[in-house]
Amino acid sequence: MSDAKISSGLSRRMFMTASVSAAAAMPLATSPTRAAQPASAKPAQPRDLSAVSMRINKQSYNLALDNRTSLLDALRDHVGLTGTKKGCDHGQCGACTVLVDGKRVLSCLSFAVMNQGREITTVEGLASAGGELHPVQQAFVDHDAFQCGYCTPGQIMSAIGCINEGRAGSEDDIREYMSGNLCRCAAYPNIVAAIVQARDEIRRA
Amino acid sequence: MRPFVYERPTSVSAAVAMASHAGAGHVPPTAADTQFIAGGTNLADYMKLGVGRPDRLLDLNTLAEPALRKIRTSDDAIRFGALVRMGEAADNDDVRRRCPLLADSLKLAASGQLRNMATLGGNVLQRTRCEYFRETSWPCNKREPGSGCAAMEGVNRQHAVLGTSDSCIATYHGDFAQALIALDATVDIEGRRGKRTLAFAKLHRLPGETPNIETDLAADEIITAIEVPLRPWSGRSRYLKIRDRESYAFALASAAVALDMEGQTVRSVRIGLGGVATVPWRAVAAEDALQGKVLDEAAAQKAADAAFADARPREHNAFKIPLGKRTLVRALLETRDMKV
Repeated sequence: MSDAKISSGLSRRMFMTASVSAAAAMPLATSPTRAAQPASAKPAQPRDLSAVSMRINKQSYNLALDNRTSLLDALRDHVGLTGTKKGCDHGQCGACTVLVDGKRVLSCLSFAVMNQGREITTVEGLASAGGELHPVQQAFVDHDAFQCGYCTPGQIMSAIGCINEGRAGSEDDIREYMSGNLCRCAAYPNIVAAIVQARDEIRRA
Repeated sequence: MRPFVYERPTSVSAAVAMASHAGAGHVPPTAADTQFIAGGTNLADYMKLGVGRPDRLLDLNTLAEPALRKIRTSDDAIRFGALVRMGEAADNDDVRRRCPLLADSLKLAASGQLRNMATLGGNVLQRTRCEYFRETSWPCNKREPGSGCAAMEGVNRQHAVLGTSDSCIATYHGDFAQALIALDATVDIEGRRGKRTLAFAKLHRLPGETPNIETDLAADEIITAIEVPLRPWSGRSRYLKIRDRESYAFALASAAVALDMEGQTVRSVRIGLGGVATVPWRAVAAEDALQGKVLDEAAAQKAADAAFADARPREHNAFKIPLGKRTLVRALLETRDMKV
C-alpha cells in the first residue's frame, strides 16, 4: 500500500479501508508467507492470513487476507475499489468481471490468494490520469448502454476483453462473446452498439 | 465457506506428495481433506455453497512443468497440457483446423471469462449442476451418500435419461468431454503410485449405488495431459448444442459427431451425447447402426433411436428423448455436409 496513494485525496471511506489493510499487512513484513515457509515452521492453520501482493490499476498492494477472500471481495472490501460489482457471486452474471494480466475473468470465482503477483485492472483503472474516459466507457455513455448501471462495470471490462480477443467482429459475434454478462434491464441492443463504436475507435487508434 | 490452508506446490511430484499426506484410504478426491485447485471456477463455486469442503487447497497454477501449459500437435495426435485454458484451446488454429469438434465443444461452453479461467484438466472433472446437489438442505446421494435423491420426484427437467440409477439422475453437464469420449481420447495421470494413462471413457464412473464416486481418480492423482488421436474422421467433425437460450447455458441435449465417409457411405463414425446422461456418453449403438450405411435422414433417425433405446425418463425430462434424437440427427446430417 503506497502512502502516496493514501494521501492523494481519497475519500474517507477509501482511506479507512486502505489503512485497515495496510495495518493488517504490516506484521507480515517480518513473517514469511506460508508458501515460503520453512518445513520446520508450525504447520499453516486454515484461519491464518496469507500475504498477497498484486498490482491493481498500476499500483502495488500488499494485502493480508483470509484464504477464503475472493478477488472480488479483496478489491471491494480490502482495497476500497467498489466499482467492480457483486451480482450473483457464483460466476453466472459477469458483474464482477475484471482483467487479470490483460484477460477478462470473474473475480468472484477467483480466490485472491491465487492472484499473487498478477496485474489486475478494474473499471477504476480505465480512464486516463486527466480523466478522459476509455473508448469503451465513452461508448457506453454515448449509446446509453445501461439503465440501472449495476452490470455496467462488468460489461465494460468484458467488452474490453472481447475486443482485445478479436471477438467483436459482427454483432452476432459480440452477442455470443458477451453472453457471460447479463443485464436485467435488457440494455443489450445499446450495449452491442456501444461495443461496435468502441471496437472501431480502438482499431483506428 | 469453511476456512482452508492454501499452498503452492511447484511441481507435479511435489503436489502429489503433498496430497498424499492427507486423505488416506479410499476417499474420492471430491471428499478429500486436501484438494487440488486450478481454474477454480467449479470448486470455488461449490466451496461457497458448502458442497466442496476441503481443509487444504493445493494450487496447481504454480506447477513449473512447461508441458502442462502447451498444446502440441503431431501428425497423429493433439496433446493438451492439463493447465491449458479452455479459451486458448478453443482458439488454437491447429485444433480448429484438424478437429473442429474439439474447438466447437469448448467455444460453446461457458462464457469468455470462464473460458479464460477454467483449465482443460479441471473442465473434464466439473461436477454436476443438479439443483439438489448444489443446495445442501436437500437429500443427495452424491453429496451425502445414503441420504436419498430429491431429484427423483422433484423438478427434474435438467436431469439425465441415460446412465441413471436408482440413486442418482444428475446430468454430467460438460461439453468438451463429449468430444473427448467420441474421439477415443486418453488422459495422463500422475499420483503417488506413479504415472498411468487411462482411456477417457474410463475416467468417469456411472453413478450406480455410489454416485459420490465420480471418477477413477484417487485423491492424490492429477490429470497432467489429455491426448486426442487424429484419425480419418477428425477433420469432418462438429458439436451441436441445444440450450434454453442461444448462448451461455448448459446443454439440454448435445451431440459430438465425427465422420469418415466414402461418398455417401459411412466408413466410420464416432458419437458422443451431452446434456442427457450422467457421465460423458459414447453412443456405441448409434455408431453400430450407421457403420457401412448410406447416411441419409432415415439412417440417422435409426441411429438416434438406437442411441436412446435404453433411456429412462422421469416426470419432467421425457422431452430430452425426442430432443436428443433430433439433435443427433441434425448433427449427423450437418457433419456429413461439412466441406472438408
